[in-house]
Amino acid sequence: MIPLPAPKPEILARRDTIVADLHTLLPADAVIHETIRMRPYETDGLSAYRQMPLAVVLPATTEQVAAVMRYCHEQGIRVVPRGAGTSLSGGALPLEDAVVIGLMRMNRILEIDFDDRLAVVEAGVTNLGITKAVEHEGFFYAPDPSSQLACMIGGNVNMNSGGAHCLKYGVTANNLLGLKLVTPTGDIVEVGGDHLDTAGYDWLGLMTGSEGMLGIVTEVTVRILRGPEGARAMLAAFKGTEIAGQAVDAIIGSGIIPVALEFMDKPCIHACEAFANAGYPLDAEAMLIIEVEGSVAEQDALLAKIKDICARFDPISLKVATSAEESIAIWKGRKGAFGAVGRISPDYLCMDGTIPTGELPFVLKRIGEMSVQYGLQVANVFHAGDGNLHPLIMFDANDPASFHKAEAFGGDILKLCVEVGGCLTGEHGVGVEKRDLMHVQFHPHELDQQRAIKTAFDPAWLLNPHKVFPLTEHA
Amino acid sequence: MQTSFTEAQLQDPDTAESNRILRTCVHCGFCTATCPTFLLLGDELDSPRGRIYLIKDMLENDRPATEEVVRHVDRCLSCLSCMTTCPSGVHYMHLVDHARRHIEETYQRPPAERALRRLLSALLPYPGRFRLALIGASLGRHFARFVPGRSMASQRLRAMLKLAPAHVPGPSALDRPGVHRAQGPRRGRVALLTGCAQRVLAPSINDATIRLLTRMGLDVVVRKDQGCCGALDHHMGHHDPAMRLARANIAAWTAELEGEGLDAVVINASGCGTTVKDYGFMFRTEPDAAAAARVSELAMDISELLVKFDYAPSREKPGLTVAYHAACSLQHGQKITAAPKDLLKRAGFVVKEPAEGHICCGSAGTYNLMQPEIAGQLRDRKLANLDRTRADLIAAGNIGCLTQLSGGAMPTIHTVELLDWMAGGPEPAAIGPIRAARARGG
Repeated sequence: MIPLPAPKPEILARRDTIVADLHTLLPADAVIHETIRMRPYETDGLSAYRQMPLAVVLPATTEQVAAVMRYCHEQGIRVVPRGAGTSLSGGALPLEDAVVIGLMRMNRILEIDFDDRLAVVEAGVTNLGITKAVEHEGFFYAPDPSSQLACMIGGNVNMNSGGAHCLKYGVTANNLLGLKLVTPTGDIVEVGGDHLDTAGYDWLGLMTGSEGMLGIVTEVTVRILRGPEGARAMLAAFKGTEIAGQAVDAIIGSGIIPVALEFMDKPCIHACEAFANAGYPLDAEAMLIIEVEGSVAEQDALLAKIKDICARFDPISLKVATSAEESIAIWKGRKGAFGAVGRISPDYLCMDGTIPTGELPFVLKRIGEMSVQYGLQVANVFHAGDGNLHPLIMFDANDPASFHKAEAFGGDILKLCVEVGGCLTGEHGVGVEKRDLMHVQFHPHELDQQRAIKTAFDPAWLLNPHKVFPLTEHA
Repeated sequence: MQTSFTEAQLQDPDTAESNRILRTCVHCGFCTATCPTFLLLGDELDSPRGRIYLIKDMLENDRPATEEVVRHVDRCLSCLSCMTTCPSGVHYMHLVDHARRHIEETYQRPPAERALRRLLSALLPYPGRFRLALIGASLGRHFARFVPGRSMASQRLRAMLKLAPAHVPGPSALDRPGVHRAQGPRRGRVALLTGCAQRVLAPSINDATIRLLTRMGLDVVVRKDQGCCGALDHHMGHHDPAMRLARANIAAWTAELEGEGLDAVVINASGCGTTVKDYGFMFRTEPDAAAAARVSELAMDISELLVKFDYAPSREKPGLTVAYHAACSLQHGQKITAAPKDLLKRAGFVVKEPAEGHICCGSAGTYNLMQPEIAGQLRDRKLANLDRTRADLIAAGNIGCLTQLSGGAMPTIHTVELLDWMAGGPEPAAIGPIRAARARGG
C-alpha cells in the first residue's frame, strides 16, 4: 500500500464533535459516519488501495458543499472529493482524517441550450447522462471515457478525461465552457461561461485536470455537438500485436483521422467477446476497431482507404459492421473491456501511459518481454490513434507477492513510456497510483512550480493533499 | 477483488460460492449507473457495488447482520439490472440471495416487520388463503387513506390496501389440474406452472396461455402436486420454506417427465421463471440436484416457447399501439429481451418502448409492500416514461409489474393475452374501453 500523509491526531480525537457539526450543516441522511456504512467509500476503481475516511457527506447543492468546505477550512480538516468512484488511479482514495464529499446527489441537468450548443449540468451527472439528455435533438457530448455509463462529469473535468472518440473530438478540456466550483476556503466561484474564451488567465484550463486539488467542481457547462450524419465501425484482425501496431502507425501516418482507432490484443478480445457477443475475431493476436463517420459516401471512401492500408499488413480478416446493432455490440465490448478482464483475472492494474504512435510496435514488444520477465499476464487495450496505452496487468490480490510484482511491472511500463518520449498518464490522472513516478517525468524544480500553484489555492494543503505529487512536508 | 475468507469458512458451499463471485468483481462501478435505488437515493450504499462491499464485510467477518447492513440490502429490488450491466460477469443474484439468508438467520427484525413477513409468507403462495385475504383487503382499500401515521408499518398497510384490486375475480375454470389436450395434431407436451398470486389476481393469464398453447398443438399439463415456485420466500431469505415449495415442483415435473415426457416447463410469470431456472443452483448440494438441474433446463418463459413453436396470428391487425414494459425478471433475470416484442409485432401490434426501459417499476415481488416509498417513486417514474410513448395499452410478462402499473392512464395486459386474442382467443376485457374511448374521439 502506498504511503499516505500521517493523520492529524487532534482531528481524529475530535471525530465525534466533527460528525455532530456536520449534522448541523446537512440533512441527517447526508452524513455517514458508522464504520460499516463508510466501508464502501474506502476505495474506488483501484481497489488495491483502501483507506477509511473520517466521515462521508453527500451534499445536494453547491451551497451545502460550500458550507462543509468552509467548516473544514476553519477547523483544519482535510477533504477528499468523490464522484462515481470509478477512478483507476485512486483519485477518490480517502484519508483517515479526511471528510469525503460525495457529489453523486448533485445529478440534475440545469439547462440545455440547443441554439448555443451547450448544457449546464451538476457535477454528479454521468458522462453518458449528458448525451442521453440531448440525443433526442440529434446532439451528443463528445468525450467518451469507457466508464461513461457511470463516471460523472465532475470527475471528468478533474481528470481531463478522454475516450475512444477523442481522436477526432478532443478531450474534456476541448469540450468545456465553464465551471462553478467551491474553493478550499469555501467560496463559490464561477470560471468561464457560455462562450469559448475568457479575459485574463485561463482559469478553466488550470482547473481542468487539477485532480480535485484546487477546488470542488459542482456545476459544469459543456459544449454539445450535433451528431454525425452516420458512423460505421470496422474490425481488422492481425496475426501479431507488433504488426497491428505498424498498421496503426500507417493509418495515422497517411493523414486519415478516423473518429476512433482502438487496439485490443488476444486476451482482451476473448474477455470482451464473452461479455458483448460482438463477433470479435477470436483467432487474432490483435484487433483494431476503426470507426469513421460522415455521409455514406464519405464513410465508404474512408473505409476503402483504411482497408487498403490494413491489407499491406497481412490481416486475418477485415470486417465492416453492417448494422447499427453490430456497431453497438462492437463498442459495448470495447467500453466494457476493463471490467471484462475480471472474467479472466480476479484483479488488474490498468496503466495509462501515452506514447508517440511511431513507438507503438517497439513498446508493445517490450511490454510482451516484461510480461514474461515478471511472470504476469497482460491484456492490452488502448486508444491506438492517439498513442494512449492501457496495458492491464493481471494479478491476484489475495497473493501479496503478486500485487507487488504487478506494481513494479506497471512502474516499468510507465518509465518506458517516458523514455520513448511519452508521458505517465493520458486520461486517468496521476491520482495516488502514479504519484511517486512523477519524478521520472519532471525535474524537481518543475514539480516545485506545480506545488506552488497548489499552495496558492490551498496554503494549508487540506484539499486532496495526497494526490499527484510525491509526498513532502506539505502533505 | 481481494477477499479474506479463511479455509474453514470456505468449506461452506454458500460461502465458497460467494467468495468466487466477489473475486470476479473488479470494483469498476459500472453497476451503480443502472441501479434504480442509486438513481433515486444517490448513496453508494444503495448501489450494487456498495451492497457487495457491505455483504463482503459481513460474510468475511462472519458477523450477524446489523441494522445498517439490513437497511441497505432490504432496499435492493433484486431487479438484477446490475447483472446486465456488469462487464465482469459478477453473479449478484446468488450473492444477495446468500446475504438475505444470512440476514434471516442472524438478525432479529422489529416485531411488526416480522409479523408482516410471516403473513406474506403464509398467504401469497397459497391461492385459497390469498383469495380470501384479498376479498378482505378489497373491502378495506377504501379505508387506506384513513390509516394514520407515518411509521413504516402504516405506510406498508396503506400500500397493501392500495394494491388490492377493486374486484377479486373468481377462480379460473381452466387452470385446474389435469391435461389440456392439444387441438389438431400434437406437436409437443408442456407442463404449466400455474403459480400462486397470479392465479388469484388475474386468472385470465393462465386461461389465455392454455387456450393458446392447446390451439398451437401442445398438450398442457397442470400437475395437482405443483404449487408456488418458492421465489417469494427465497427473496425474503426464508430458506427452508422456499426449498420445500421448490422441491414439490421438482418432484411433480420429474414424475411427469419420466412418465409421458415433457418438452418444457412453461412459466408465464417471469419472476417465477427466474427462480425455476435457478433451481439447479439452489439444489446443487442436495440429493435431488440432478432432477433440479433438469427442471431448470426445461424451464422456459412463455415467450421463448411461443418463438420455438412458431406462434402465428390468425386475426387482422388490431390497429393498437402497445407500450412494452420489460419486466426485470425477464430482461435482466433471464436475458429475454427481443422475443416478447417480436411476438407482439408479429401479432400485428405497433410496439413502443419507453425511455429507461432497463429501470425497475418498483414491483419486485413483495418490494412494493416492504419499501412503499421507493417503490412508489419508481412506479411514478415508470408510468411517466410509459405515458410518453402515447400507446394505447401496456403489455408485460409479469404479474407483479402488471399490478404495480395498473391504475395509470393506460390499461395493463399480459403479453400472452394479447397474443392469444390475435390467434383466435377472446378479446381481453381491457380492450373494450380503449375502443370505446376512441369511438368517443378520445
